Amino acid sequence: MQWETVIGLEVHTQLTTRSKIFSGASTAFGAEPNSQACQVDIALPGVLPVLNKGAVERAIKFGLAIGAKLNRVNVFARKNYFYPDLPKGYQISQFELPIVEGGSIDIQVPSEQAGQAETKTVRLTRAHLEEDAGKSLHEDFHGMTGIDLNRAGTPLLEIVSEPDMRSAKEAVAYARALHTLVTWIGTCDGNMQEGSFRVDANVSVRPKGQQEFGTRREIKNLNSFRFLEQAIDYEVRWQIEQIEDGHKIVQATVLFDPDTGETRMMRTKEDAHDYRYFPDPDLLPVKLEEDWIEQVRAAMPELPAAMRARFQRDYGLSAYDAAGLTSQRELAVFFTDTLALAGEANAKLVANWLQGELSASLNRDEKGIGAAPIGPAQLAGLVRRIADGTLSNKLAKQVFEVMWTEGGEPDAIIEAKGLKQMSDSGAIEKIIDEVLAGNPKSVEEFRAGKEKAFNALVGQVMKATKGKANPAQVNELLKTKLAG
Amino acid sequence: MSLTLSDIQRIAHLARIRVTEAEAEQTRDQLNGIFELIAQMQAVDTAGVAPMAHARDVFQRLRADEVTEPDRRAAYQAVAPQTEAGLYLVPKVIE
Repeated sequence: MQWETVIGLEVHTQLTTRSKIFSGASTAFGAEPNSQACQVDIALPGVLPVLNKGAVERAIKFGLAIGAKLNRVNVFARKNYFYPDLPKGYQISQFELPIVEGGSIDIQVPSEQAGQAETKTVRLTRAHLEEDAGKSLHEDFHGMTGIDLNRAGTPLLEIVSEPDMRSAKEAVAYARALHTLVTWIGTCDGNMQEGSFRVDANVSVRPKGQQEFGTRREIKNLNSFRFLEQAIDYEVRWQIEQIEDGHKIVQATVLFDPDTGETRMMRTKEDAHDYRYFPDPDLLPVKLEEDWIEQVRAAMPELPAAMRARFQRDYGLSAYDAAGLTSQRELAVFFTDTLALAGEANAKLVANWLQGELSASLNRDEKGIGAAPIGPAQLAGLVRRIADGTLSNKLAKQVFEVMWTEGGEPDAIIEAKGLKQMSDSGAIEKIIDEVLAGNPKSVEEFRAGKEKAFNALVGQVMKATKGKANPAQVNELLKTKLAG
Repeated sequence: MSLTLSDIQRIAHLARIRVTEAEAEQTRDQLNGIFELIAQMQAVDTAGVAPMAHARDVFQRLRADEVTEPDRRAAYQAVAPQTEAGLYLVPKVIE
């Protein structure tokens, strides 16, 4: 039987506010345990929550970025459950009237034709504001559990998608697109190691062609794109095997174990929590005034999808290049800054160098684009020297290497290291004569019709000029000489 | 809906509250009074009326995103039953 996978994602994005959602305690990562947990966060009796404007503003920004409906009046609710890292006994979240409803995100998925990509739209159900819980440490406390409430009250925007994805690859493409978007607009720092972007995946399978969904299982707390893909792939295989062996899927919450690559049951629906949601009487409904929304809209940067389309349209870049350059805002800004100096005619060259040499060097040195030792002005200078024929690609790589390791401006490096491409045809001709005289065998082979021999001669000339000759020029001159 | 005297005795038993005969009668009448009130409210036609999230028709005031709380861990932990290495300790919980 042919099976179809159905996936929906819930992503918890930590918002980039300085202070917590309902208190004035700091949200900075990595502080001493409980040093950033104030009386509201540890739930002392009689304290009251006061909503952080910065958190609401970031939710508005996200809603605008995905073309969603912003609920002009939205409501906070209590989600009740008992756990020691939740000292109030309830999490303040949004239930019936979330701040953001609907909207969509476009993703690029591989199409039927190999090497091609097509656009698919993933619909969003909602996004709501809520507070994070604290952290429980179960080891090393002689049979007790240690509680750190620094994270309690950290603002989160939980972003829920419709079950629109049909493979692990699509789920990863969506998660990546969402990650790009929230870091692009600055609502979330996207740091997955620190838990700023956590993914839950709802996964089910159904016979191909069937309308209704199969029973789903939810994989909790995936904190890397690789684990997301592995967990879904494992879960899908497991569900299909179960059904083909005549078992029924029972709705459940499961955890992914990166060491074994397997998912294992955490709890079934029978012991699922009844959260007893109700509007929080400590918080009044939140009103979003039109002029506030318009202020946020006016301050929005150009979004990745718009920029991608613009790069293709205005600079003639391929869909692949445009998507790569807009995968990160810093990279896109680096590109446009470089282009402003190098000239739009060199867009393709700049794109190639950014996504080739520069990206490879960043990866090798495990650096982010913000920490690149080469700035837009240097890259633009280098590209200009390639465009005007001063540097061959090979020489340009040497200049790049020097800029990367020692710093400096491209023109100064070209001068100091004598990396200028030879364009004096007299000098090149002289070298060609020497090469022809020294390689009579190759010359004879070429005259006998062996194309390979020609390439060998070009190689010899390039070698004799230490790679500084312009290969096209060498080709030209060599052809003339051999013909003569 | 209305409760009988034996309902009251049963609820009292479940709640481990001892009630006298007289208290049971009084409680029954009070609870039934509340049920009448609920029935009266449920009889109102609320079609087309948006549910309220709060009894007061005002909106939430917002706070500027600023860190205003100093670290007062020592004071908070001084009244905690058990702490270690800056953590609050609780009986072991594993889900």
